[in-house]
Amino acid sequence: MINKLSMYAAGLLSVAVFGTAIADEGENPAVKARTSIMQLYSFNLGTLGGMAKGETEYDAASATRAANNIVVLTQIDQSAMWPAGSDNVSDSSTRALPAIWENFPDVGAKGQALSDAAVAMQAAAGQDVEALKVAMGDLGGACSACHKAYRAPKD
Amino acid sequence: MRRFFIFAAVVAALVGLAGLALTRPKRMDHAQLDGITPDLVRGKTVFYAAGCASCHSAPDSVGEEKLVLAGGRRFATDFGTFVAPNISSDPEAGIGSWSPLDLANALIHGTGPEGQHYYPALPYTSYVNMTTEDVASLHAFLGTLPAVAVESAAHEVGIPFSIRRGLGAWKLLHLEPGWVVQGDLTDQQIRGRYLVEALGHCAECHTPRNSLGGLKRELWLTGAPNPNGKGHIPGLTADQLDWSEADIAEFLKSGFTPDYDSAGGEMAEVIENTSRLSDEERSAIAAYLKAVPLTSSEPSSE
Repeated sequence: MINKLSMYAAGLLSVAVFGTAIADEGENPAVKARTSIMQLYSFNLGTLGGMAKGETEYDAASATRAANNIVVLTQIDQSAMWPAGSDNVSDSSTRALPAIWENFPDVGAKGQALSDAAVAMQAAAGQDVEALKVAMGDLGGACSACHKAYRAPKD
Repeated sequence: MRRFFIFAAVVAALVGLAGLALTRPKRMDHAQLDGITPDLVRGKTVFYAAGCASCHSAPDSVGEEKLVLAGGRRFATDFGTFVAPNISSDPEAGIGSWSPLDLANALIHGTGPEGQHYYPALPYTSYVNMTTEDVASLHAFLGTLPAVAVESAAHEVGIPFSIRRGLGAWKLLHLEPGWVVQGDLTDQQIRGRYLVEALGHCAECHTPRNSLGGLKRELWLTGAPNPNGKGHIPGLTADQLDWSEADIAEFLKSGFTPDYDSAGGEMAEVIENTSRLSDEERSAIAAYLKAVPLTSSEPSSE
């Protein structure tokens, strides 16, 4: 009896240790995939943001290129990148809150709002820098809306 | 001996009277608002810069719903839980029957229309620096927003903090007009100082507090523990925040950081307001922040 119990306990312990090791190294490929999409957003936003801030000279062609990329990013089907158990309670490598999995319709609506803002940016980017600045504000609002509701703050 | 007791009683009575006089809620003189023509456009700017809707809109409201100032958001603190009241234009449940003077007393002195002290959950320690023109214009703008007949809930605050007269003593320590950042400022920085120190009340989160809940003004905008849980609210002084003025202005407009991450948490709520300001106002805030020293030379108030 004691043997059985201690084996059971040892088994539990190894699961716990092993499980933690996986979480700490952030090896869930789904988390990596969705994080890399965020990096692609940030790279292309950098092109547009530099012009909005007046750090780089406005250039219709490169602004349009970046805006096109952002529209493409909004079209990626991410449904396989958000499997159950990839929230920040189960996996310390992500800041995704469990509320995402409880509010799929709202997450979808916020995704649609981002998509609309990206299309608006696509039209504005080739127009002029003033239009780009306005579209940048709306795009930022769409990003923030989801991050505010569904992302844990940084430690 | 009997003489001594009489003397002691007289001293105690005088101290008590002086205390009562000093802790009495202050009110403005009507003449201070005379001759002001309210300006709705200005009132709208004040409304967004002061962030009224962030606390007074109904819980979980988004977008245009935020213009319905029904109250009901709960703010848990070390002193109890404060519930934001209805400040909609409803004359009974809201503040629709208030005069501009009533609003000025509330925002500048923290005094309600019945002469009661308000808790400093209403950031009147910042609003004390508001101009009367801005108060009157805000009053006019609030009057254009929808009326909603939801009763305000009572604050859940225990003794001793439930004794409102005690707030008079707290105000003696913490409520004083005047600017924290002084010295040689440009006109743009002076505008930014007004937006940050008077309206925006940025310091309420970005400055640490003493044990009485008052701001440590000598550590102005140097960052503080997050009152709503884990994490740390970052410092904004020129030494701590190495963003350019353009970076700060863009962040206040779109919520994008220089790395094109976006604001989350409470700051995302703030950006919903600052995104409604003009580019000039956001640039003024950025210019002001570059003038904020890491510490001021004021002595510690603890």
